Amino acid sequence: MNINMTLIGQSITFAIFVWFCMKFVWPPIVSALEARKKQIADGLAAADRGKHELELAAKRASETMHEAKLKASDIIAQAEKRAMQIVEEAKDVAKAEGDRLIVSAKAEIEQESHRAREALRGDVAALVVAGAGKVLRREVNAQAHADLLEAIKNEL
Amino acid sequence: MSAEAHTSTEYIKHHLQNLTYGQHADGTWGLAHSAQEAKDMGFMAINVDTMGFSILLGVLFLFFFRKVAQSAATGVPSGLQNFVEWIVEFVDSSVKGSFTARNPMVAPLALTIFIWIFLMNLMDLLPIDWLPGLAGMMGLPYMKVVASTDPNATFGMSLTVFALVIYYSIKMKGLGGFVGELTLQPFGKWGMPANLLLEGVNLIAKPVSLALRLFGNMYAGEMIFILIAIMFSGGAVLALTGGVLQWAWAVFHILIITLQAFIFMTLTIVYLDMAHQEHH
Repeated sequence: MNINMTLIGQSITFAIFVWFCMKFVWPPIVSALEARKKQIADGLAAADRGKHELELAAKRASETMHEAKLKASDIIAQAEKRAMQIVEEAKDVAKAEGDRLIVSAKAEIEQESHRAREALRGDVAALVVAGAGKVLRREVNAQAHADLLEAIKNEL
Repeated sequence: MSAEAHTSTEYIKHHLQNLTYGQHADGTWGLAHSAQEAKDMGFMAINVDTMGFSILLGVLFLFFFRKVAQSAATGVPSGLQNFVEWIVEFVDSSVKGSFTARNPMVAPLALTIFIWIFLMNLMDLLPIDWLPGLAGMMGLPYMKVVASTDPNATFGMSLTVFALVIYYSIKMKGLGGFVGELTLQPFGKWGMPANLLLEGVNLIAKPVSLALRLFGNMYAGEMIFILIAIMFSGGAVLALTGGVLQWAWAVFHILIITLQAFIFMTLTIVYLDMAHQEHH
């Protein structure tokens, strides 16, 4: 328990340890701690920001969805209108076509009946001439009375 | 165990003697083989055990902390890094709590004091005959394991702290300010001798109390371990009692060694803070 050179030796040792600690131990550890603190704070801030952005995105998504719904119903309404229009147009066209068909059919019928009547008239005239010829035989000259026969044929 | 070879008094004295290297009375250099020889060596001698253990423990401390400092990453800390960071944060918060000025040296100083003293004190928890017994087998006459039970070690530290206190007092307040602080208060300039006496005692008390508090606590703790160890040679009942007592005292001592390291650190911070203050 004597005070001796150990006192000075211990002082020097202590000073060297403190110097080493100050130079090589303390700063890296503390700066690592600070860096980690900052990193965690940044991470938390980023998480907050992410949350906020998520909220915004959800809001935007619902807005977009709403808009899309509106647009879709618009489109459906328009399509319905257009379909109705098309149907109407088709109806009109069909009706016109039908009318035209009817008219042309009527004309054809008219023509057919006219033609039949002409044919019938010719036949009747021939029959009449034949009949009259049979009756008159000699007295009637078909050539001399052609204009008379034609007049009768036209009257039929 | 060695109490069988010695009387109790010799056993105690043996345990309280440092392994001293110095110049013998006849002029040769060597280890002292008795307390008287060590005393006769005077100032030009060195306590090999104190130096050895304190340097070993200090290097151990710096080695582990340096290892962590080198690999200190900002990611998830590993076990050792976690532990070191926990201590560093503890010391850092202590410094921030009581040191108001800015000085990058104070926190590392506090850390070194805390860990070094703690480790030196921790050697007290080793059964007191292990290392001295081993040393005895190796032919060394003495071996004091706990460096902080050597006043050389505690005064070595406290005087270094004291030198820092004076250095920063003069640096911060100027030589005039420091001298003025010592002589012009509390009674004004006409009470200069009284001021000097009061403030001088105040100043000197700092390193002395620092060193003696640590030394006294550790010395007393070591003494109780020695006394308990003597019981081991007093028969089965005493030995059993001694075992229980040693365990109980060791548990209590864990508190003391930590507390003493913490007190030394905190007072160092406070003294340096006072040195940085313009008025106190």
